[in-house]
Amino acid sequence: MLGFHDYVIAPFVEFAFMQRALAGALMLSLSACPVGVFLMLRRMSLTGDAMAHAILPGAAAGFLLYGLQIVPMTIGGLIAGIVVALGAGAVARLTIQKEDASMAAFYLISLSLGVLMVSLRGSSVDLMHVLFGTVLALNNDALMLIGLVAALTLGTFGIFWRALVAECLDPLFLRSVSRLGSPVHFIFLGLVVINLVAGFQALGTLLSVGLMILPAAAARFWTQRIEVMSLLAIAIGLLSSVSGLLLSYHASLPSGPAIILSAGVAYFASVIGSPRGVLLTRRRRIAHRTA
Amino acid sequence: MSACVTLDDLTLGYNSHPAVHHLNGAVAKGSLTAIVGANGSGKSTLMKGIVGVLKPMAGACKVASDVTLAYLPQQSELDRSFPARVVDLVSLGLWPRRGLLGRYRPEDREAVAKALSGVGLKGFENRPIDTLSGGQLQRALFARVLVQDADLILLDEPFNAIDARTVTDLIDLIKRWHDESRTIMVVVHDLDLVREHFPEALLLARRPVAWGDARKTLASENLLRARQFHEAWDENAPWCASDKGHNHVNPAHAHSDDVHSHDDLDHANRRGAA
Repeated sequence: MLGFHDYVIAPFVEFAFMQRALAGALMLSLSACPVGVFLMLRRMSLTGDAMAHAILPGAAAGFLLYGLQIVPMTIGGLIAGIVVALGAGAVARLTIQKEDASMAAFYLISLSLGVLMVSLRGSSVDLMHVLFGTVLALNNDALMLIGLVAALTLGTFGIFWRALVAECLDPLFLRSVSRLGSPVHFIFLGLVVINLVAGFQALGTLLSVGLMILPAAAARFWTQRIEVMSLLAIAIGLLSSVSGLLLSYHASLPSGPAIILSAGVAYFASVIGSPRGVLLTRRRRIAHRTA
Repeated sequence: MSACVTLDDLTLGYNSHPAVHHLNGAVAKGSLTAIVGANGSGKSTLMKGIVGVLKPMAGACKVASDVTLAYLPQQSELDRSFPARVVDLVSLGLWPRRGLLGRYRPEDREAVAKALSGVGLKGFENRPIDTLSGGQLQRALFARVLVQDADLILLDEPFNAIDARTVTDLIDLIKRWHDESRTIMVVVHDLDLVREHFPEALLLARRPVAWGDARKTLASENLLRARQFHEAWDENAPWCASDKGHNHVNPAHAHSDDVHSHDDLDHANRRGAA
């Protein structure tokens, strides 16, 4: 198994930057993938995308004021994300406008502000960095942040799991038996924002949502249980991270897109080959049971 | 009999248009009441008001303090494509007992299994909810109400699109709850069903037309009166003046077959303005 060792183990053993990248990507998968499962089941997959764009001006403001520093960029991103999430949520709850339209309005305004701010100072290289991240250059601060977000996310899931599931499955029922109905929606939006902020250090604002949605979308095809689906999404996320990093290392490709494309491969494999995918649901139609 | 639900000059509605207008009365503990009325007469709105998901525009709706409540809405916001099994859906009914963090105990699982066999869904435990038919889903939701084990049970049009056999099963279930002296309110459209199975009825036409013994409530003159209400909102309707205080002049509000005069007057004004 010399080949296996050379190709798969050695890069991570020999290079510290690969170890950091691996640690960051694994922690991200652990927390972002289950968040993605809930996003998908609430038909909010594209909301994740919108939120990812929405954090840009906050990150850009941090970048403008302090340069490429993780703490200000993160705090800025958090503030922008929370303003957009709460603003869009409030408009949807207080007016006749639905959340998709208000979210689109808020994120577009936010995104244009962000691009404006980046172009005020930086070169296009800076913009590229903010948009696409650098998983291979994660420093200690970034790793710490990702770890913190992962712990917070898993803790929140541990406490609010039942309410999150009930809110997705039957929101009116939850409101009739508990006061958690509205708060749990905002708690969930908060989870989306902090995971996107954690992700953009590694994958950039545009792609951080990829590690959320693609593994979840792939896992949807394999199971009808939300617990299993979440674990499967995490597994797909972990595998995509490893294979993406290796691909990036061996073929000298940018690491962020390589990770997300690996998840994309898992998605297409699931679309085609899974029990609920295209091939098997077609085949079942030809024969049928008596009852 | 003490009151389970007290309605005190209750007005519920949307955008300052009343859907339930100055309703007074009390629902006795252990009573079984059918709520009857045309489309738009305020039946579902009244239920939402009692559950508390809709706040009153005026007056108050009080549920006795030690009463637990189970509510089966007419238009469920249930997401049928959500990856859940029948047993997961029915287990939601354990929320009042176990809340957010309480572990499900063996007796909880037993209660769920008993509820499922009680509605004839034994063997459906592990079926995904998106494979159920409309009637099977309705029975599963009844099972959830069973699990909730509530003192006050509100069912909003539970017999819609349900086959005759299932209706009979569900009526039996409601009667069993009645025998266990739970308080039950059911929105029903089938008047024969009401006459046959419900001791009490409330006939709504935005205002209460009649409330009391089911057969008397559903007498033809009441039904005729209920039919004469104006279903559409009138944007130019005059503001209701009841808050100015002539309401308490008329003592015979509650539980009376007599329509209180103020409402009739208001109603006539509105029709005149239209």
